[in-house]
Amino acid sequence: MTTNLPPSASSQDASKPLWRATLMRPETMTLVLLVAAIIVGSLLSRFFDSLSFILESATYYSEFSIVALVLTLVIISGEIDLSPAAMMALSACLFGSAFQAGVPIGLAMVISIVSGVVMGAFNGFMVLWLRLPSLMVTIGTLTMYRGLAQILAGDRSISKFPTWFVGVDYRELYGVPIPVLIFIFASIVLAVVLGTTILGRQIYQIGTSEVAARYAGIKVRRIKFMLFVSMGVVSAICGLIATSRLASVRYDLASGGELQMVLIVMLGGTYIFGGRGTILGTFIASWLLVIIATGMTVADIPVTYQLTVMGLLLIVSIISTNLIYSRNQA
Amino acid sequence: MSASTQSIGGQSAADRAILLSARGITKQFAGVEVLRDVDLDLYAGEIHALLGENGAGKSTFAKIVAGVHRPSRGVLLLNNARIEVLSPLAAQKLGITLIHQEPISFPDLSISENLALGRDDGKPLGRVRWAELKREANSLMAQLGIMIDVTRPMRGLSIADQQMVEIARALASESKLIIMDEPTAPLTPKEVETLFGISRQLRNEGRSIVFISHRLEEVRALCDRVTIFRDGNKIATEETKNLTDAEIIRLMIGREVKGYIPKHKTTVGEVALAVEGLTLPGRFENISFEIRKGEIVGLGGLVGAGRTDVARAIFGVAPAASGTIAVNGQVVEIREPADAVAQGLAFVPEDRAVAGIFRTLPVSQNITAAVPEMIAPKGFIRHGLERTIALDSVKKMMIRLVSPRQPIGELSGGNQQKAILARWLLTDPKILILDEPTRGVDIGVKAEFYEMIGALAASGRAILLISSELPELLALSDRVLVMSEGQLTGDFARGDATEESVMHAAVPRRKVVGDAQAAA
Repeated sequence: MTTNLPPSASSQDASKPLWRATLMRPETMTLVLLVAAIIVGSLLSRFFDSLSFILESATYYSEFSIVALVLTLVIISGEIDLSPAAMMALSACLFGSAFQAGVPIGLAMVISIVSGVVMGAFNGFMVLWLRLPSLMVTIGTLTMYRGLAQILAGDRSISKFPTWFVGVDYRELYGVPIPVLIFIFASIVLAVVLGTTILGRQIYQIGTSEVAARYAGIKVRRIKFMLFVSMGVVSAICGLIATSRLASVRYDLASGGELQMVLIVMLGGTYIFGGRGTILGTFIASWLLVIIATGMTVADIPVTYQLTVMGLLLIVSIISTNLIYSRNQA
Repeated sequence: MSASTQSIGGQSAADRAILLSARGITKQFAGVEVLRDVDLDLYAGEIHALLGENGAGKSTFAKIVAGVHRPSRGVLLLNNARIEVLSPLAAQKLGITLIHQEPISFPDLSISENLALGRDDGKPLGRVRWAELKREANSLMAQLGIMIDVTRPMRGLSIADQQMVEIARALASESKLIIMDEPTAPLTPKEVETLFGISRQLRNEGRSIVFISHRLEEVRALCDRVTIFRDGNKIATEETKNLTDAEIIRLMIGREVKGYIPKHKTTVGEVALAVEGLTLPGRFENISFEIRKGEIVGLGGLVGAGRTDVARAIFGVAPAASGTIAVNGQVVEIREPADAVAQGLAFVPEDRAVAGIFRTLPVSQNITAAVPEMIAPKGFIRHGLERTIALDSVKKMMIRLVSPRQPIGELSGGNQQKAILARWLLTDPKILILDEPTRGVDIGVKAEFYEMIGALAASGRAILLISSELPELLALSDRVLVMSEGQLTGDFARGDATEESVMHAAVPRRKVVGDAQAAA
C-alpha cells in the first residue's frame, strides 16, 4: 500500500567549482577527441605535421562547416533544417544557368543569393505560418530543391566560368585559404552573436521553452524566420564557394551534405532538441572532422572505413552529451 | 502502512446492498494531501453524485476507484471483499469503468474497434471477427439512440459523439460501476436527455453510477444521493431530495474566510483596460468589462469556464476572433504577446511550468527575459548589470535561492512564481493579468503574494485576478466578475460578492431534462 511519491527535487549546489563546470561542458568532449585525433594522426603519418597540408584539406570541408555554424543556431532554437545541401545545389545551378544564358556573372551571383533567401523563406513560411514540423518540411524541400536543380541543369555540368571566379580554394591570405578564412571569420561573428547579444540569448530561450519565450514577449516567429532565411543565404554563398572550388556545377552538388552538417553540429555538443549548444563546439567539431578525414587519407585507410569511424565518433559524442545534460539536469 | 482493518458495518446499509465501500481513502501528491480519510458507501442500483469545488478531491477519488491513481492510505471493498485496483484495466476487470472528462480513445481506429478495446479472449493470434464486432457496435450505438457508421474512425467525431462511444464501451463491458466525470459538459440538451435515460435504465438493472458534475439541476434531475467534497474531505452524503440548492452550495464552499488576506484601500482612477465584445467561438462569447487604474478586478468561475482563454486573448497568446481591446482609451491591436508587452500589459500565466519559466536557465535570465534593453543597452549583454538587476529583484521579492546563476527549476513553486512576477515588474506594467497566481504556492508565500498584489494596485496599476479560490478572490478584489461556460454571468461590487452569489453565477444553468420542455 505504499505509493510512489516522486523524489523531492534535489537541491544541488548551483555554484560548482570551475574545473567541474568546464569538464561538464559538452564541447570539452569534442576537444578531447580533437586532440586525440591529432596525436593519432601525427603517429600515423609524417605528412600530417604540415599545417598547410591540413589547411588545404580543410577547404574541402569548409562549405559544410560554414553552413553547420548557422545550423547550430537553428538547432539551438529548437528547429532543424535538412535542406541546406539541396539549397546549395539549386542556388548554384541557378547561378550556372544564368551565367550560361549570358547574364553577367555578378548579377548571376546576386540571383543565386536571392534564391537562397526565397528558399529559406519558403521553409520558414511552412514551419512558422503553416505550423508544420521543420523536420518534415525540410525533408520535403531537400527533395524538392534538389529536384528543381535537376530540372534546371539536367545531367550536364555547367562550367567555363571566368578564371577569376574559379579556384577560391587556392587563393590564400596569410597562408590561409579563403574558404577556411571565411569559416573562421563566420565562427567568430556567430559566436559573438550567440554568446553576447540579446538575439543569441533569445535563441537559447526559445529553444528551452518556446511557449515561455512567447509569453515573455519574445518575437519567436520573427527570430525563427530570420534563422531559416539565414540558412538559405549561407547555403547560397557556400554553393558559390563550392562552384568556384570545383570550377563547375551539377545538380548533385553537395549531395548528402545535410547529414554531414548535422553530424558536425551534434559532434560539437549541441543538443538536438534545442536550448543548448555553442558555436565553439561546432567550430571544434569541424576541425575534428577535417583531421580525421585527412588523417585517415594520408594513412592510406580506405574511404570505406572512414564512414564507420565518423559514425562511431558521433555515437560517442551523443552519449557523452546526453550524459552531461542529464547530469546537469538532476 | 495497511491502515484500515475497520469492519464495514451492516447497520447503515441494512436495507440496501452496498456495492463499493471506501474506507479511510487518503491521497498525497508530492507530499500534499489532496484527499483525506474519505469513507463512502455506494449502493447497488443507485446514481450517486459527487459534488465539490475545483480541487475538492472528487475527481481524485473517482480516479482512485477506477485505478488511475493508487491511494496513499485506505482500502476499497467491492461486495465486501477487499480489492486492490492497480490499473484502469484491473478496474475494468472488476467491473468498474471510468468515463473521462476528455474522452480517451484511439483516434485512428474505428468506432467498433474502439468499442472492442481491452477485450481479450486469451488468444493473441486469434482471428478478429470483424462482422461480429460491427454488429455488436451497431446494437450498442442503437441502444444509445445514435445513428452513426461504426466503421468511421474516432477522429472527426464531435466530442459529444466520442463521449457516447465511451459510454457505449462501459455498457458493453457489463460494468457494475460506471463513473462519469463531467459527462454532460460537451453534450447538447437532447444528448443529455438520452444519457440520462440510459443512466436510469442502467440503474434499474441494478448497476451503480457515479456522476460528477457542477450542474446542480442535472444532479437534482438524475441522482439519488449526493456526496459533497471540500478541500479533500468528504463533507456530507445525503439523499438529493433532502437538500436544497442553497444547502448544497453552502456545503461546497462552507469554509471560513482566512483572516490573513489584507483588505487594501482603493483609490481608483480612469479606465486602464476596456474590453468590448470579445468573442472566440467555442471558448468565450461577447465579453465586455473595464478595469480602472488602481483597481483589482477578480474573475471567478469554474475551471473550463473560459477565464484563462479571455486572459490569453487579451495578452495576444490566442487572440479573440472579434471584439476590441482598449488600453488607456486607445483601441489597440494585440496579435502576439510582444504587442501586449509593448502596450504595458503583463501576464503571469496559470501554467507556470510550461508558459512561465525557462526551467534549465539561470534565475537571473528568467527574471530579465522581458527587458532585454535593460541588460543590453547597446545590444551586447552586460552580465554585471544583469546580475545587479536580478539580485535587486531577488531582494525586493524575497526570492529564496542559492545563487542567481542557479537553474530556476531548482527553486520551489512559490519562488519560481515570484521570479515570474519580478520579470513583469521590471517592465513597469500598467495592467497586470494574474492567472491563479497562488496555485502551487505554500500558505506563507501566499500571504506575501496577497500583500504584493494589494501594493501593486495601490501604486496605480490595473489588475485582473483570476482565481479559483473564492476566499482569495473575494478578499482581494474590488469587483468580481464571474464567467460560466464562456459567458460573463456575474458582476459584483465588493460588498455584494459573497461565496454564495459568486458560486450561483458560476454554476452552469442549462436547461435540463424535464425543465427543457417546461421552459421552452
